[in-house]
Amino acid sequence: MAEELLKLENIYKNFGNVKVLKDVNIKINKGEVVALIGDNGAGKSTLIKVITGVHSPNSGKVFFKNEEVQIKSVAQSRKMGIEAVYQERALCDQQELFRNIFAGREITNSFGFLDIKKQRKEAEKILRDYIGFTSKAITVDSQVMGLSGGEKQGVAFGRSLYFNSDLIVLDEPTMGLSIQETEKVLNFVKGLKNENKSAIFIDHNIIHVYGAADRFIILDRGEVVGEFNKEEISREELVQKMIQLHESGKIKVED
Amino acid sequence: MSNLLNSYFVKTHKLEISITIIAIVLFLIYFLGAPHVFTRFPIYRAFMQSMPFFGIIAISATFVVTLGEIDLSFPSIVGITSLIFGMVMTSTDGNVFIAFILATSLGMFAGLVNGLLVTKIGIPSIVATIGTLFFWRGLVNVISQGSGIAIVDVADGTWHHMIFVEKLFGKIPMQFIWFIVLTGLMQWVYRYHKFGNHIHFVGDNKASAQMMGINVDNVKIIAFVQLGFFSALAGIFTMYEMLYFWPTQGEGLMLTTLAAVFVGGTSVFGGKGTIFGTFIGVLIIGSLESGIVALGLSGFYVKFINGLMITVAVTVYALIQRRKN
Repeated sequence: MAEELLKLENIYKNFGNVKVLKDVNIKINKGEVVALIGDNGAGKSTLIKVITGVHSPNSGKVFFKNEEVQIKSVAQSRKMGIEAVYQERALCDQQELFRNIFAGREITNSFGFLDIKKQRKEAEKILRDYIGFTSKAITVDSQVMGLSGGEKQGVAFGRSLYFNSDLIVLDEPTMGLSIQETEKVLNFVKGLKNENKSAIFIDHNIIHVYGAADRFIILDRGEVVGEFNKEEISREELVQKMIQLHESGKIKVED
Repeated sequence: MSNLLNSYFVKTHKLEISITIIAIVLFLIYFLGAPHVFTRFPIYRAFMQSMPFFGIIAISATFVVTLGEIDLSFPSIVGITSLIFGMVMTSTDGNVFIAFILATSLGMFAGLVNGLLVTKIGIPSIVATIGTLFFWRGLVNVISQGSGIAIVDVADGTWHHMIFVEKLFGKIPMQFIWFIVLTGLMQWVYRYHKFGNHIHFVGDNKASAQMMGINVDNVKIIAFVQLGFFSALAGIFTMYEMLYFWPTQGEGLMLTTLAAVFVGGTSVFGGKGTIFGTFIGVLIIGSLESGIVALGLSGFYVKFINGLMITVAVTVYALIQRRKN
């Protein structure tokens, strides 16, 4: 019996009159990689923002490690062990890497002044050990704008590993990456399982999703319309389902 | 030499170094063009006397500009807080503590109003602060009915007058010492405090900063509040120097102050800036008028050359920025 890490129950989220999430129920186990798929506007991004504390749900319950929680801020979700890796947007271009890695949770003294030395040292460790950057061109003092898409993604991953989170949330982790870089990212996701960490990720590319995920949750217009374990469904079938959904607006449930 | 040019310090301080060189060249021109003025002390004393009034605000405004925001209301915040300072000083027979606390609190309140309008109501800062610019100045006119307040009886010759504006060793105006100390302190906060760090992230990319767990609204509000505080402080310094409040006090600060920030190299687009650069910007902008006149040009050139400096400086910085991207 798999151990449960995160459970969402009857989650509703509205933006004004627009119902973005309608009665969403999902569950993620320890050591499991779940892919969230669906068209644009299906509510994927909103759902993960509910998990990371960017948005609060209008109603519904969230359980983390079997305890009911209310995630009110990004800082809180991080403290609990949920770490988001957002495509590119996770970093600020003109700031140095060592500042980016610790943004929002700076290492400070009690007056709020940064311990620059320590931040740089820890950032160095993240770059060399967690990410495996060997290039001399990238240092902790580099500005983010000089990095490639894959390198930025690497920094975001390294950061999530360093802070030792239990659940890593990946928003479009392969968008805009070269084939090699995509491969690295997918390997990283697979590697998470070995450490008994969980991940939930959104990706438009079903081929990527299929390779890396254990389970697929299909969202459509704010509702969960399908859920499949990898062994239940082949890649072709999954693609077929998505096309079907796109054309008819619903998934045929086989009995 | 090439080692020096490629050093880490030079690479990361290009802006600061360029602006310092510009200032040195400018002062060399003054020096060579008007040696009879610039080899003697009085001109420097005059600079040290007058620059801090807008310099203190410029340092503080660098935080707001780094956010990618702007505050146009500070000249009127100087006006209203100076008025309150003068009124309280004369009515309490020179109780500087009460006057100081009330004036700076009002300054912070005015900053808070700006901050709330920008973050919670969502009005672009350039528009919101045009509104409050008129509002506070209008209030000054209504309350003062157009007349000034003399504080000479309650301030002249007091210990507070001494620590605010009298001359250290009979030579160095105290306001300049304060200006240097505040610049150092603010530089430290700007680069090495969590707040300064957050200012950079919010100015760089608001959405990313939010996702990294930075409270964007709070950072902006605090930035406007501290500018309100330092506007009040600059007003108080001016009051001690002049020993008089006049209803237009603060008007005319806007352009020199913002010019110092932009000439100093802080990016108009947000996310990057330098307190040291603003300090040098203050030296440049604050010396132009006397410098130009001392060089023998007529006063009509002052605005022209001021404008030229600002336009060229922001163009150069924008080009540096574009090349980087």
